[in-house]
Amino acid sequence: MATYLARRLSMMLLTLSLVAVTVFVLVRLVPGDSASLMLGEAGSLEQLAILRARWGLDQPWPIQFLYWIKGLLSGDFGVSTRTGEPVLALILARFQVSAVIVLAAMTIAVLVAVPVGLYAAWKQNSWADLAVVSVATLLLSIPSFWLGLLLLVVFGLKLSWLPILGYVGFGEDFSRALSFVILPVATLALIEIGVLVRMARASAIEVLRLEYVTHARAKGMPEWRVLAFHVFPNAFAPTLTLIGLILGNLLGGIAVLETVFTLPGMGRLLVESIFARDYPVVQGCLLLTGVIFVLINLIVDMLYPIFDPRVARA
Amino acid sequence: MKLNLIIGLLIVLLLGGAALIGAAWTPYHPMQLDMLNRLAPPSFGHWLGTDEFGRDVLSRLMAGATTSIAIAVTTVLMAVSAGMIIGLVSGSVRGWTDRGLMAVTDALLAFPGILLALALIVILGAGRTGIILALSLAYLPAVIRIVRSAVLSIREKEYVEASQVIGNSQAYTMFVHILPNCLAPISVMATSMFGWVILAESALSFLGLGVAPPAPTWGNMLSASQPYFERALWLSLAPGACIALALLATNLIGDALRDRFDPRRLQA
Amino acid sequence: MTAQIPLLDVRNIEIQAANSTSIVKSVNLTLAHGAMAALVGESGSGKTMASRSVLRLLPPGVRMTRGEILLEGENLAEASEKRMRQLRGRSLGMIFQEPMVSLNPAMSVGAQMAEALRLHTSLSRQEIRQLCIEMLERVRISNAAGCLTAFPHEFSGGMRQRIMIASVMLLRPKLLVADEPTTALDTLAQREVLDLLTELARDFNTAVLLITHNLGLVARYTENMTVLREGRVVEAGKTASIIAHPYQTYTRKLIAAAKASQGLADDVIPPDAPAVLRATDVSVTYGARTHGRGHGAAAVSEVSLDIRKGETVAVVGGSGSGKTTLGRALLGLVPLSSGRVEFEGRNIIDGKGAIRREARLGCQMVFQDPYSSLDPRQRIGSIVHEPLRHVQDMAPADKERRVSEVLAEVGLSGLERRLPHELSGGQRQRVAIARALVRRPPLVVADEPVSALDMTIQAQVLELIRDLQASYGFACLFISHDLTAVRRVAHRVIVMEAGRIVEQGATEDILGAPQHPYTARLIEAAPMIGDPAGLRPAADRAKVLP
Repeated sequence: MATYLARRLSMMLLTLSLVAVTVFVLVRLVPGDSASLMLGEAGSLEQLAILRARWGLDQPWPIQFLYWIKGLLSGDFGVSTRTGEPVLALILARFQVSAVIVLAAMTIAVLVAVPVGLYAAWKQNSWADLAVVSVATLLLSIPSFWLGLLLLVVFGLKLSWLPILGYVGFGEDFSRALSFVILPVATLALIEIGVLVRMARASAIEVLRLEYVTHARAKGMPEWRVLAFHVFPNAFAPTLTLIGLILGNLLGGIAVLETVFTLPGMGRLLVESIFARDYPVVQGCLLLTGVIFVLINLIVDMLYPIFDPRVARA
Repeated sequence: MKLNLIIGLLIVLLLGGAALIGAAWTPYHPMQLDMLNRLAPPSFGHWLGTDEFGRDVLSRLMAGATTSIAIAVTTVLMAVSAGMIIGLVSGSVRGWTDRGLMAVTDALLAFPGILLALALIVILGAGRTGIILALSLAYLPAVIRIVRSAVLSIREKEYVEASQVIGNSQAYTMFVHILPNCLAPISVMATSMFGWVILAESALSFLGLGVAPPAPTWGNMLSASQPYFERALWLSLAPGACIALALLATNLIGDALRDRFDPRRLQA
Repeated sequence: MTAQIPLLDVRNIEIQAANSTSIVKSVNLTLAHGAMAALVGESGSGKTMASRSVLRLLPPGVRMTRGEILLEGENLAEASEKRMRQLRGRSLGMIFQEPMVSLNPAMSVGAQMAEALRLHTSLSRQEIRQLCIEMLERVRISNAAGCLTAFPHEFSGGMRQRIMIASVMLLRPKLLVADEPTTALDTLAQREVLDLLTELARDFNTAVLLITHNLGLVARYTENMTVLREGRVVEAGKTASIIAHPYQTYTRKLIAAAKASQGLADDVIPPDAPAVLRATDVSVTYGARTHGRGHGAAAVSEVSLDIRKGETVAVVGGSGSGKTTLGRALLGLVPLSSGRVEFEGRNIIDGKGAIRREARLGCQMVFQDPYSSLDPRQRIGSIVHEPLRHVQDMAPADKERRVSEVLAEVGLSGLERRLPHELSGGQRQRVAIARALVRRPPLVVADEPVSALDMTIQAQVLELIRDLQASYGFACLFISHDLTAVRRVAHRVIVMEAGRIVEQGATEDILGAPQHPYTARLIEAAPMIGDPAGLRPAADRAKVLP
């Protein structure tokens, strides 16, 4: 077990450094550097040279990379060329909004999807199973931005139950904040329920075929215990991996949803910064998402042996 | 044939047909303005109504289908063919080439596909070519992974050893015995990838980073409809429904293919 | 005088699959308290479904459509699901075939063992723990207390099966259904597991219904047997009398297939026949060059052997003996770490320890698993034709003719256009043999070529190999753990243990009078019917040895 953890941690460090290199290279590949973009057409060559020297842009790439990493390690992600604010503070403030929505949606989706998927697998090929699979396939086929728009029209416009535009932090006014995030959370949750139900069902069907399930029944165990103690833990392991992947993808794809609901999240920040050519912020957003994705996968890998003790040994 | 495959193929027929016809003919010119007829609801003259500039929504949807599907097909073809070559090499050579390729692939896989596409668009510039390249590159690592793991699992089969024992060369074994048996998982993946690309392309266009207006795509039509959804809901319904239908079709066909290629069913 | 009610009385049951075809058409069976009976049949006989219907654990869609199953007079076919749950585990136990998948990988052994006790008794946690430890000790698991917190993947197949027995016998069921409990194990583990099972069943007065295709096991362990074929009882009665005097042709065929034959004593290979393959001090080490599991451990060490023209040399040993690695190394599938191999008198090892290609063309192989050794997308004709790609001086028409000729020899004429999945297991193995022989190679390596097949099919395939060898005179390295098969085809036997040869000699000598204790144990464990000359003394000696 200890060696498993140690190996996972060292692999994570390797991936993290590769992630940093990738982000750095991607941003360097963009035509035009931050200095010329900040000064625009009006800047003189001297001003450009001064700014470049100050930001280290006149150095070769490897040196720039080391400076950048050094800065990152001390919490210095650079400053936004648009507003002059420190990038890290800017991103973290916006990240909270996205994280709340993604985590809430995922929690709801897992709580609904896993039991429903298990039930459908248990009733495989029945009408209930067919209904579950059909609804799930429909749900996962709907683009989040369209579903969000439809929910806005129905609950915001026609029924007027919820506000259409805006955002308030949870610290300021809890109930109003809640009213703003219900629809985006519901949108994401509905789609992820579609994905997870199918996954949970498929892996539960695999497990139900195995002999240890029959063995459990042959001991006289009631069905609910068979499902809870023998099917669920084994079927959940692959679903757990998928949850990790989905969390990362949600974070990456949240920009569209935040655009629909006009939420000040990190995705929105990234798109705004791309339009404003605010590359330090773009770089920060990419890096943070990459790092979080790697961390989520690490957490998943750490949890995995609980459901499947075999991996810890391999 | 199973019901899900039939429904999926019918949708493909519908959307593909619309895209093919849309390439040659549309009821109105998709970019023809008609300021007197703005935001008109669906009627006999305009089956799906008109948009904020009086353009015919059905014509724009058909032209959009041509664009979106062409982008998706090109992207999938590029990513899958490049991914197959790299995945095959990586899965068969092993050693340092394999390890190097896998390190780069893993680093790229640490970014959600859509985010990588976003970053690449910034580098390559928005527009058709930019999107195709960005999406191909963004989904390439996933393809490589899947091809490689398919190759590795087929390599373990006894018939691959049998081919070696017969005296066949490595290359012959690779192309005659390993590659054809990898096509099943690859085709399942290519189908789902088609869906991912349609969705990613429309999301990028929705954000304004895709194909620029006035040329229509489903994504930018949906984006442009947003300010008007109180007055003209049909503007939002039509393109969104097209995207959802396309995704539904790929999911249904993907499921059918997966069932068909399920190794347990082949063995049974 | 009234007849005592039997423990189990299965009366005329019929079982249908989801598509309404009958898997079991009509089966009757009775079993007395504490008796040991066998339900024998090949694949498709319905023996598994018939046995599962006793616990009412049929797979979804499969239903029992007729008949009664009486357990001490109580009709289980009509019992409520609640009543069945009371009986399962407490009165009815079951042991499964695949020890790798019959224990839950996510639950500790202790928790799995305790489950049934917690469900059916009101014992305290401490008492349950004590019972589990005692039972694990009875099935000879060392460190029983430590075993409770371990997970199933930490044990070998044989140990898992013993844990399984311990877990089922904890509640001292009246009836134990054992569905092919040792098919996945090697001969030595098989013996161990079944001996334990018999011992516990006797002590607890548990009746055992042993489901198996292996008549050797039936003869050794059971008093009564029922033979099933295509869902019907073919023959039933006392095991000893059926084996001695089978009435039905099918039973006779089954018994003939399992019987230890007199072997090949009649056709002797002349001692001066040229050696086709001669290996000297061959070693194979995993880890260094290949991505090995063994961390540089020697899988084969300093093995020397030669195989002469027209001769079959069997390599026998339990799992982990290195017999499979040896065969693969001689074919060039695994590099040698040291040693010398001569093929038809020439050294065929190149500088890197690999076998030269031209020599490889002269050795062909028949693999164990006929389901994975044929490319599922290739037609039979093309599979058999493929080795001829490397034969230069042969006209295309001659190649076609050779393919049909070989297919005819293995009894598959006219099946050129079929795909592998359209054939039965036995037919597939015939295709594999045809592929190995189409180039008329001087040497064929056969790695457990019949162990995945039904008994009657095994006999046919072995006979085919013998006949073809008689016609073409190829040398054969026959790797197997099944001594019945070895006796049928091998002229000489090499016994391997932990990568080394411990004994070798003529088949009759080795199997009749083994010198090494490991060989004696292997022979003693082998389930065979009948006692051909020389077998009995060997068995007796093994008991005396430590």
